[in-house]
Amino acid sequence: MSMQASQWLPIAELSAKVRAGELRAADLVEQALKTIEAKKEYNAIIATIPERARTRAASIDAAIKNGETVGRLAGVPFIAKDNFLVFGAETTAASNMLKGFTAPYQSTVIEKLEAEGAICVAKANLDAFAHGASTENSDFFTTKNPADVARVPGGSSGGSAAAVVLDMAPFALGTDTGGSVRQPASFVGCVGYKPTYGLMSRSGIVAMASSTDVVGTLTRTADDAAYVIDVIAGRDPLDGTTIERDPAGYTDVPAAMKGKKIGLIKEWMGEGVAPGVATVIRSAADAFRAAGADVREVSLPSLPLSLAVYYIVVPAEVSSNLSRHDGQRFAFSYADAATLDESYTQSRGNGFGAEAKRRIMIGTYVLSSGYYDAYYRKAQTVRTKLINEFNEAFKQFDFLIGPVAPTTAFKIGENASDPLQMYLADVMTVGPSLAGLPAISVPAGTSDNLPVGLHIVAPQRSDRALLGMAKAAEELLA
Amino acid sequence: MADLTRDDVLKLAQLARLTLSEEEIEKYRSELSQILAYVQQLKDVDVTGLEPTSQVTGLMNVMREDEVVDYGVSPDDLLRIVPSKQDRQIKVKRMIA
Repeated sequence: MSMQASQWLPIAELSAKVRAGELRAADLVEQALKTIEAKKEYNAIIATIPERARTRAASIDAAIKNGETVGRLAGVPFIAKDNFLVFGAETTAASNMLKGFTAPYQSTVIEKLEAEGAICVAKANLDAFAHGASTENSDFFTTKNPADVARVPGGSSGGSAAAVVLDMAPFALGTDTGGSVRQPASFVGCVGYKPTYGLMSRSGIVAMASSTDVVGTLTRTADDAAYVIDVIAGRDPLDGTTIERDPAGYTDVPAAMKGKKIGLIKEWMGEGVAPGVATVIRSAADAFRAAGADVREVSLPSLPLSLAVYYIVVPAEVSSNLSRHDGQRFAFSYADAATLDESYTQSRGNGFGAEAKRRIMIGTYVLSSGYYDAYYRKAQTVRTKLINEFNEAFKQFDFLIGPVAPTTAFKIGENASDPLQMYLADVMTVGPSLAGLPAISVPAGTSDNLPVGLHIVAPQRSDRALLGMAKAAEELLA
Repeated sequence: MADLTRDDVLKLAQLARLTLSEEEIEKYRSELSQILAYVQQLKDVDVTGLEPTSQVTGLMNVMREDEVVDYGVSPDDLLRIVPSKQDRQIKVKRMIA
């Protein structure tokens, strides 16, 4: 299912035209800002960055006019999820805690994109601190799904995903801790890429769970994702978890399907999966077979445990990462406290929303003396079991596939009062996150007119091969 | 595991430095109990012979030279975002009541 016609050329062509002087960066920035303004009612965007964007565009246009060399993303507007530190705008993580926070430095990936001439025009909505699967946990507002405004766009990168489908910019950045790029991509119908753990620097991004947090891209095509990833991938001295980039790079990846061994994950196709979603995924598998791939069912028996592992490991890390928000060094501070302890508890009690508090308390519980072994250590050990099963499967298969989420986009409010039900929206995406595997959501069709994404998972450091597979999938499912 | 009590929730909130309203205490008592009941399914999983994983790509002891690098951020830039300060120092409330 291809996306509707876009006002933006493929990113490689768009920047080539800017470099050739056929298009002006200034016009592209105005086009993005105009579209954002015209589609305000979807609540995809928290803030625009018009001043800085226009200044940067003018200097890029001037450089081109003077015959200076400009980068390979020259003049390409983009949108960042509002948990990336970006100059020229607040970074709120959609939380009251960080409202008014102006970052003193920029995230590494923004620096890399700007060094190649890309221009950040806006910050997108998310679930506060990236905790959620719908943007309903945003402390500001809920983003509407462009396919049906009564439904959520998924989350937590729901604003970024919706912005791409609403054609506000050629690409958007998100973060994916347990599905936060892939699941919204599936819900709105765009491409959502989650790289191998460590492929992109997280320096300058509001941390959620450091053992699974990755930067991801929301784009219209796999080619656009590859073009952006090629700019931002690789080691960063400011993030010790980063890994080396693929020496072959990530662009010019040939579409590859014939002869590929593909495992359709049994545990992702059973009970709890909406029939309309399963039908779309089975048709995709049939299309791959017809194109010469060897598609067989594969079982990973521990996979259904991933959500329980995730909801121990991630809150534990969240409780640790969010401890820096203490009301003393930056952001929200409760003014009327009499003592330091009251300042901590009131700043945090009033600054954090319901989901952040919920996760901080779960994390505090599973890490506390007497429960650590039974919960946290046990979860990290089951995580090993899960990783071993993925490794076994990848001895037989090049890629694993299934749905991205058990359902299509749900209605706004439908899961809002039941946190556990909301967590189930991530049941398929958390497994690859816990194992650090690269994974992508590719639009595969619709069920009752709502987008359904195909989840493709690859071994660690196979990002290049995965992009080639995604490109082939895109061609077959278009 | 039995359901969390009101005192359990208050103890967690104290450890996590969070004030909670009366409604929040009851809400979290019920919600956290449900979530902890859900993750109980790991209790009986056989993990004989397996070690816990906390780092998935196998990196270990990532080192760098101990050099000063100028990233263009000054101490004053960092002090600019502090809620309360005095003479280039972060000012906090008194610690002993």
